[in-house]
Amino acid sequence: MILSVEGLYKSFKGKPVLNDINFQLGQNEILAIIGRSGVGKTTLLRCINNLVKCDRGTIIVDGMYLCKDDNGSTTYAKPAQMLQIRKKLGLVFQNFNLFPHMSVLGNIIEAPINVFGASKSEAENKAMELLEMLDLGDKANAYPFELSGGQRQRVAIARACALNPKIMCLDEPTSALDPELREGIALIIEKLARDGMGILIITHDMNFAKRVAHRIIFMDEGRIIKESSKEEFFNNIENERIKSFVMMD
Amino acid sequence: MFEYILRLLPALLSGLEVTLKVFFLTLVISIPLGILVALGRLSKIKPLVFLVELYIWVMRGTPLLLQIVVIFFGLPIVGITFDRFPAAILAFVLNYAAYFGEIFRGGIESIDKGQYDAAKVLGFTPAKTFTRIILPQMIKIVLPSVANEVITLVKDTSLVYVVGLGELLRAGKIASNRDASLVPLIVVGVFYLALTAVLTAVFQKLEERYSYFQ
Repeated sequence: MILSVEGLYKSFKGKPVLNDINFQLGQNEILAIIGRSGVGKTTLLRCINNLVKCDRGTIIVDGMYLCKDDNGSTTYAKPAQMLQIRKKLGLVFQNFNLFPHMSVLGNIIEAPINVFGASKSEAENKAMELLEMLDLGDKANAYPFELSGGQRQRVAIARACALNPKIMCLDEPTSALDPELREGIALIIEKLARDGMGILIITHDMNFAKRVAHRIIFMDEGRIIKESSKEEFFNNIENERIKSFVMMD
Repeated sequence: MFEYILRLLPALLSGLEVTLKVFFLTLVISIPLGILVALGRLSKIKPLVFLVELYIWVMRGTPLLLQIVVIFFGLPIVGITFDRFPAAILAFVLNYAAYFGEIFRGGIESIDKGQYDAAKVLGFTPAKTFTRIILPQMIKIVLPSVANEVITLVKDTSLVYVVGLGELLRAGKIASNRDASLVPLIVVGVFYLALTAVLTAVFQKLEERYSYFQ
């Protein structure tokens, strides 16, 4: 398993947002976490990427403890270890959060060079490779404001891929896309998974989850209500909450 | 008339020199200090925030002229003495760093929080996040307000007369009184206009240079 989450709890101002979350993600696997807005999906993603600290729980990324629950007291990885963990994790934000003052190429090579000490030529070669793969070879010197939503998303994917992560997280990857671009991002996600990454997608887009995921986790009110293969998930929906959510779409 | 103006020039130019010295020294010191003020104001350390807020309140809440007077004539009472010029610079720097600090704070706060998240997941330290991601975006945002402040500073430099420094306006006033003529003051006015014209052009260029991103 490349990512494993055990007994994760998080609350904001006494209100529980994540309640005993347990799941695992394997290599080459595409896992979609679905559910309504506000059920804790994004908080879960933020915990996994250490943008917010959980109250309690264990998260293991490629064999390294990001945080470890030891009888209720949770300890986080030390900064040096955390940096190694960050390298294993890629995150594509819902609104991409590209750096507006840097070119496409600049966005991609910034962290490899300035955080991880790669040489400029090494980082640029890798970046150009990624841009070619994502069909953005001619946009290397463009600035984010000059790109369409779909292009920005692919730059964000390239930026996250530049550190060779083992896990790629995508937050609502279809929210900024026209329907005809969905197939494109599905193909990219499938390629990343084929090449060895574990993919974690947070979405409320049922059709997209159906299209791309191997496995589905349904979340409601901070809990995992159901976890199953995609086929099983869509073939027998007995839970009323899930039914109403799937029908709604 | 032309000859009269030529005769005025040496005195006015030596006044201009003092004006420019006060202007540039104040800028060069108060802008970096302003960044520290902004960071202090945005810090999570409560006592520091309180001290910075107090400082900003005093600096913005009292006239600059009064601040110069207090530093030059007041501090010697408690045993701290400055020469005229350092006293004037100190007062200007403290005053302008407060204004710049507030401008920079506004700039930093208007940057999308997602930029910090993006930097964090890519492994940036807080210091690198600030210098590589936040600062360049902040500069673009604050340029118009900084230009305003800088142009105000050109004219504020005339306040150093109060500690007996012979800056441009004072040089003009002396000539005007001596010759019972308004001409020296008009020439001084033209000097200020020329200075602000140059500064306006410089800031226009800077804004153009930062127009490559949005």
